[in-house]
Amino acid sequence: MKSKYLTIAAAILTAMPGFVFAGAEDIVVGDPWSRASIGTSRPGVAYMTIRNTGDTEMTLTGLRTEVAAMPQVHRTATNGSGVSSMSPAGDIEIAPAGTVSLEPGGLHAMLMKLSRPLIEGESYSLILIFGDGSEVAVTVPVLGMGARGPEG
Amino acid sequence: MRRLAILAAAAAGALAFALALGWWQVDGPGAGTAGDPRPIAVSEMDFALTDHEGNDVGPESLLGQPSLVFFGFTYCPDVCPTTLADISGWLDAMGADAERLNTIFISVDPERDTVAAMAEYVGYFHEAIRGWTGPLPETEKAVAGFRATFEKIPTEDGYTMNHTASVFLFDAEGRFVTTIDYHERREFAVPKIRRAMGAGSDGVT
Repeated sequence: MKSKYLTIAAAILTAMPGFVFAGAEDIVVGDPWSRASIGTSRPGVAYMTIRNTGDTEMTLTGLRTEVAAMPQVHRTATNGSGVSSMSPAGDIEIAPAGTVSLEPGGLHAMLMKLSRPLIEGESYSLILIFGDGSEVAVTVPVLGMGARGPEG
Repeated sequence: MRRLAILAAAAAGALAFALALGWWQVDGPGAGTAGDPRPIAVSEMDFALTDHEGNDVGPESLLGQPSLVFFGFTYCPDVCPTTLADISGWLDAMGADAERLNTIFISVDPERDTVAAMAEYVGYFHEAIRGWTGPLPETEKAVAGFRATFEKIPTEDGYTMNHTASVFLFDAEGRFVTTIDYHERREFAVPKIRRAMGAGSDGVT
């Protein structure tokens, strides 16, 4: 019987998109979007704004999603000679009342090792993992390959 | 007095250091890559690549009408699709004039960017955009002519490419006109392209 209740409890938890722990209730995610991918061999990308409405600093430490085995926040930097490079961004600190933007040409959620193609018109769930162990699930709509922002 | 002498010596030393530093940065071996030499004229370039439809292409393909050229790779998730989407937007804004411009995306990752991969990729963007790729030595010759750079960087997922993200503009005779830099305000792009297209045989740049 016990395992049945556990199963039900687990089912309820997983059925609640955006289920949040402790500090995560202060996190407000805006304008999430993603570009369609060509197959699964190339990395995908997701963008959004992450706002901390609380009064304690939040640290984004990781990502998790069903659509990619290795999702990671990366940062694109373009130097004075116009050369762009991209590398893992590490932990992202979001100050109280602060906002961090994941946007083209800067920070972005890089979805490496896609498990399925990102198809325009579909959406997927991306979990933001914070340093205090809390998580925020974000539903990310997939826009066209040529999209330039959350409006397409 | 002794203190004054020390101060004077220190000032002279600082001045000498500043002058030396200035020389090193401006003319010496430390000359920065910012303010890079301009790309050479297309007519002096030498490379042989293949476009996404399998045609042989080279510098000569860029003569006769103005050109917009940029470097990237199709496994690039952020900057390259953004640049291609931006350029598609500029070409849309130019309407029929977009046909009078060679718009060329040259891959810096020939290992993965086959002709077929380029064809599939550019198909998602403005139809005027041509994708060029070819053997690594030819890619290197092309990049060198534009005074651009690229570098293969290992990652946990395989590798990525650092590369020049600027967009290069040439007039119809293949003379370099200007660049559109990645962080430049995008609304200046179409006027710049039109200026390159208007730069005629009188050498106006």
